[in-house]
This record gives sequence, C-alpha cells and structure tokens, in this order.
Amino acid sequence: MLISNKLTCKEVVELVTDYLEEALLPETEAQFEEHVASCPGCTIYVQQVRQTISMLRKLTEEPTFPETKEELLQIFQEWKKE
Amino acid sequence: MSESTHSPASPSDVRIVQEETSGKNSPSTGTLSTEDVHLIEMLRRGDEAAFVSLIDHYHASMLRLAQVYVPAQSVAEEVVQEAWMGVLQGLKRFEGRSSLKTWIFRILTNCAKTRALREGRSIPFSSLPDFDTKSNMSVVDPDRFLPPDDPVAPGGWAALPSSWENIPEDRLLSEETRMRIETAVMALPPHQCAVITLRDIEGWSAEETCHFLGISEVNQRVLLHRARAKVRQALEKYFEEE
Repeated sequence: MLISNKLTCKEVVELVTDYLEEALLPETEAQFEEHVASCPGCTIYVQQVRQTISMLRKLTEEPTFPETKEELLQIFQEWKKE
Repeated sequence: MSESTHSPASPSDVRIVQEETSGKNSPSTGTLSTEDVHLIEMLRRGDEAAFVSLIDHYHASMLRLAQVYVPAQSVAEEVVQEAWMGVLQGLKRFEGRSSLKTWIFRILTNCAKTRALREGRSIPFSSLPDFDTKSNMSVVDPDRFLPPDDPVAPGGWAALPSSWENIPEDRLLSEETRMRIETAVMALPPHQCAVITLRDIEGWSAEETCHFLGISEVNQRVLLHRARAKVRQALEKYFEEE
C-alpha cells in the first residue's frame, strides 16, 4: 500500500486543473480526492473553479447583432455576383 | 458563381473523407461531418440561409478569438469581416482535409495575425513554444496558506475561502458579472487568454486547442491553470465587494 505524503491545501490548489483534465496519475488523483473530501476550504475552492468554468461557458450565449448580420449578408450578395 | 445550373455538387468536388461510425467532426484527423459537407454544398450554390447559419454558429466565437490578437472591438470586427470574405473566396478550393470549423478559424487567425502585425502588436504563439511553463508560480497568493512549519495544518488554508453557493442565481448570471468575467479574460496575458477562450468559453477540446495553437498538452494545461486561477480570483474579489 502506498504511503502517501498527504497533500496540503496549497498543493491541492495547484493540482486542480490537472485533476479536472484527468491528467493526474491515479495515486495523486486518489490523494487529491481524499483531501478534498475532508477539507472544507479546498471543497469550496474546487467548487469556485467549476463555477468559474461554467460561467465562462455561458459567455457564448451572445447573439450576433442584426447590423453586423446585415453587413455580412451584403458581403455574401456581392460574392455571389462574382 | 456559375454553379447554379449544375446538378448537385458531386462528392468529387470536395474530396470527402467521412467518419464511418459517426457524423462528428474530428478536427485533428481532418474529416468532414455530413452536416459540413451539406453546408458547403449549399454555400457554393449561393444559399443565403446556409451562410446565415454559418454566421450564427461561428461569428461571435470568431470575434472573441480575434480579440485575443487585436483587443480593440472595432478592429476585431474588421478582422472577422475580412475573414468571412476569405472564407467565401476560399470555398471553391476547400478540399475538406480539415474540418470546416478548423478551416474557418485558421482563416480568422491568419487575418488577425496580419492585422496585429500591421498594428505593431506581438503575436501570441508565434515564437518559441516554451514560454514560461517552468516557473513555479503559485496561482493562489501563498499568504492565504499556513506556513509549512505550522503545528496544526501546514500548507492549509489560513482562512476559508467564501463559498459562492449562497449567491443568488440572478447575480451569478447578471450582465455585470458577465462583464467582470470578460474584463478578467481580456486582461490575461495573450497566451492564457487564447487558451481559456478556446477551452472554457468556446468549449473546444484539449486536443483541438493544442492542435490549433500548436502547443503541447502540458503547455496548454499550465496556461489554462493560470488563466482560470486569475479569472476565479477576479470573480472572488467581485463577489466580496458586496
């Protein structure tokens, strides 16, 4: 059985991205999850990172402005004529 | 465009290699989905609805990516417009060796880079790939953790971060929050900005992003890590303001 040098919160914070990307080695991943499961601070931190990502994803829900579309359609019409 | 009198464009007009098991794009292996093949066909015939669907799908993303290279919105808009012209003009020759998306975004970044050069800006990812991935910079202020010799919790949080769970939904999704996030992203160093834009805003996969930017997975992860940490921190600061 692995003798784990338990991760500190400071270390966990640096591993968050690798964890979310599933790039951690199995032992490290296990240590990460073990730590977060019993650490309120890191639980909150990881949640914040996840929420940040989900808020970033929502930025793409912007519509294209109608004036821009009009201009682009004009470009399209001119291209068709060529 | 004289193709309006043709019978439907035959598959040999575009050398198509389609995935047999699914219609999904595989940008890194360069196969076209059935949807893309159809779309290209319609575009070549001058079908306006096809072009509108293309705009709806890609325009906002192209604008965002252009701003990584040329931050001023009005300049970015010009760049994207140029890119659309490039797309239309290149349609005839497009062979489908890469996905439609990759092709469009390459045209976009080429236009953006050209414009950036003209404006005397530096271009992200144009120089040595090994940009600053070696520094052991921590992404959270080290002062927020107890020292390694702390008797109780070495390296532990000195004070708990505040949970965002109790922030009402409408504040999380508000226009102001949105603007804060966008500001934070645009304030990132260009490499980090590019990676977080493609990965977290546009939802590209790690593979697509690495392939497109020409960087390794490790580099990409380091950049993403730093970028996300900065945006998280900006949000934390914002939510603490009230």
